[in-house]
Amino acid sequence: MPGDAWIIGASMTKFGRYPDKDSIDLASEAALAAMDDAGATIHDIQILAAGSLMEASNMLGQRLQKQIGQTGIPVYNVANACATGATAVRTGIMAIKAGEADMALAVGVEQMGKMGLLGGAGQARSAPTGFEPSGRYGSVMPVEGILGTQLMPGVFAQAGMDYASRHDGVGFEQFAKVAEKNHAHSSLNPLAQYRKVFSLEEVMEAAMVAYPNTLLMCCPTGDGAASVVLCSDAKLKTLDPDVRRRAVKISASVLTSDPYVESDTAQPDVSTLTKRAAAAAYEQAGVSPQDLDLVELHDCFATAELIHYENLQLCEPGGAGDFIDRRGPWRDGAIPVNVSGGLISKGHPIGATGVANLYEVATHLRGEAGDRQIEGARVGLTHVIGLGSACGVHVLERAAS
Amino acid sequence: MSEAKNRIPVVDYLVLEGDPHLVAQACTGCGALFFDRRNACARCGKLEFEAKALAKTGTVRSFTIVHRAAPNVPVPYVSSVIELDGGGVVKGNIVDAGSDAEKFELGMKVRLTTFPCGLDEDGTEAVAFGFTPV
Repeated sequence: MPGDAWIIGASMTKFGRYPDKDSIDLASEAALAAMDDAGATIHDIQILAAGSLMEASNMLGQRLQKQIGQTGIPVYNVANACATGATAVRTGIMAIKAGEADMALAVGVEQMGKMGLLGGAGQARSAPTGFEPSGRYGSVMPVEGILGTQLMPGVFAQAGMDYASRHDGVGFEQFAKVAEKNHAHSSLNPLAQYRKVFSLEEVMEAAMVAYPNTLLMCCPTGDGAASVVLCSDAKLKTLDPDVRRRAVKISASVLTSDPYVESDTAQPDVSTLTKRAAAAAYEQAGVSPQDLDLVELHDCFATAELIHYENLQLCEPGGAGDFIDRRGPWRDGAIPVNVSGGLISKGHPIGATGVANLYEVATHLRGEAGDRQIEGARVGLTHVIGLGSACGVHVLERAAS
Repeated sequence: MSEAKNRIPVVDYLVLEGDPHLVAQACTGCGALFFDRRNACARCGKLEFEAKALAKTGTVRSFTIVHRAAPNVPVPYVSSVIELDGGGVVKGNIVDAGSDAEKFELGMKVRLTTFPCGLDEDGTEAVAFGFTPV
């Protein structure tokens, strides 16, 4: 039976716009800071997992090594949509649990610039020439906007409205309250891309993108990187007392994909695989949702966060609207959710996100989160979902001693 | 628009002949329905499928009103996930019903309709499907 894996170093760059840097600059900055935080050097690292959605096919990890140290270790370049970062971390965890490495480095990065709406069909329609059926649906032209929308704001709007169709007490206002909360939380986080507080009215009256998601209910594009250094039980015992004291235990690491559901023919179901990942993570960690001191979940859109309250068992079945109405996920509520500001305001450089949420939770568990510290935090959960779909959930715990 | 010489469905799971309707590939093993070209069944793994005509009526399971889209896509429009009576879940626009959020109810009944969505240089008209409130 393999022992636990531990986070002994963690870092993230401030999320934002870095037109003068590239992915390698950002990844280097995060990786070097994480190793420094762990009291380690590149020569201690036995496996590197590098996550980036847009650079993973371009030997990102090896290009990173050429800046921070070419030691000949195995490198895995991973991509899993918005779960890319969590997948990189999990690659390192698996190597440690398999006994192939006793110290691993995971890096997630994305340099997005201002790329606008994401999704399969964000480009302009071109004028049709000869209609010829092609592709798996025999389509004669791009169908975005003709047969509904497959762009992200609309897909997640429809995911939220699907929940609203089956549960009372969920509507535009409940979704908007999620964004009001995350914008407010971000005002305490110096690493957030945006730190501005908005009233509920301002959120609801912002430009509509895809009802019920207004502009202030959608995550921005942006640039950034995050990194963690992982080690085994056996390795941890050999490290300095100060490293051991600040070590954070990874009590659960789970990755799921979509099981078949009938509605897959319309759009991916972001709930079922999240429910499965959460249930497996709670069992693996031996903790219950009530034990959680904070949660960083995948609020790519306000509609997504609301349904994940239920998917992650943070509220009663059907109770997501009530949970936000009674301020349960605010930083002084029953289970603080996205005290970093979440994707909505902290930002969402895709590959970095699933590592940055581990940085956030680990920083609270270490008691080092400054103004936004959740006092006495001992257990936290991170969640990301990449549409298509991949869901990563991790449970972290403060070291016992 | 002048009379089109020919009409072609915008996707191959829309049948225009006779009374227009959608057709799914039904797994002969488990009955799961699909709209795309299949290699095997995503639910049970079996390899054989048969065409199944789907109902023209259904209910709105979810919707969004799109205000921001790619260039050349007219906005606002209403995208919806429709549960067809008797099986099949499909995404399509709700047409001829405006774009005021108050007018759309989750669970409302809709019926399949068709509309022209493009004309190519040979004069062939592409025809799409959408849904109208019953």
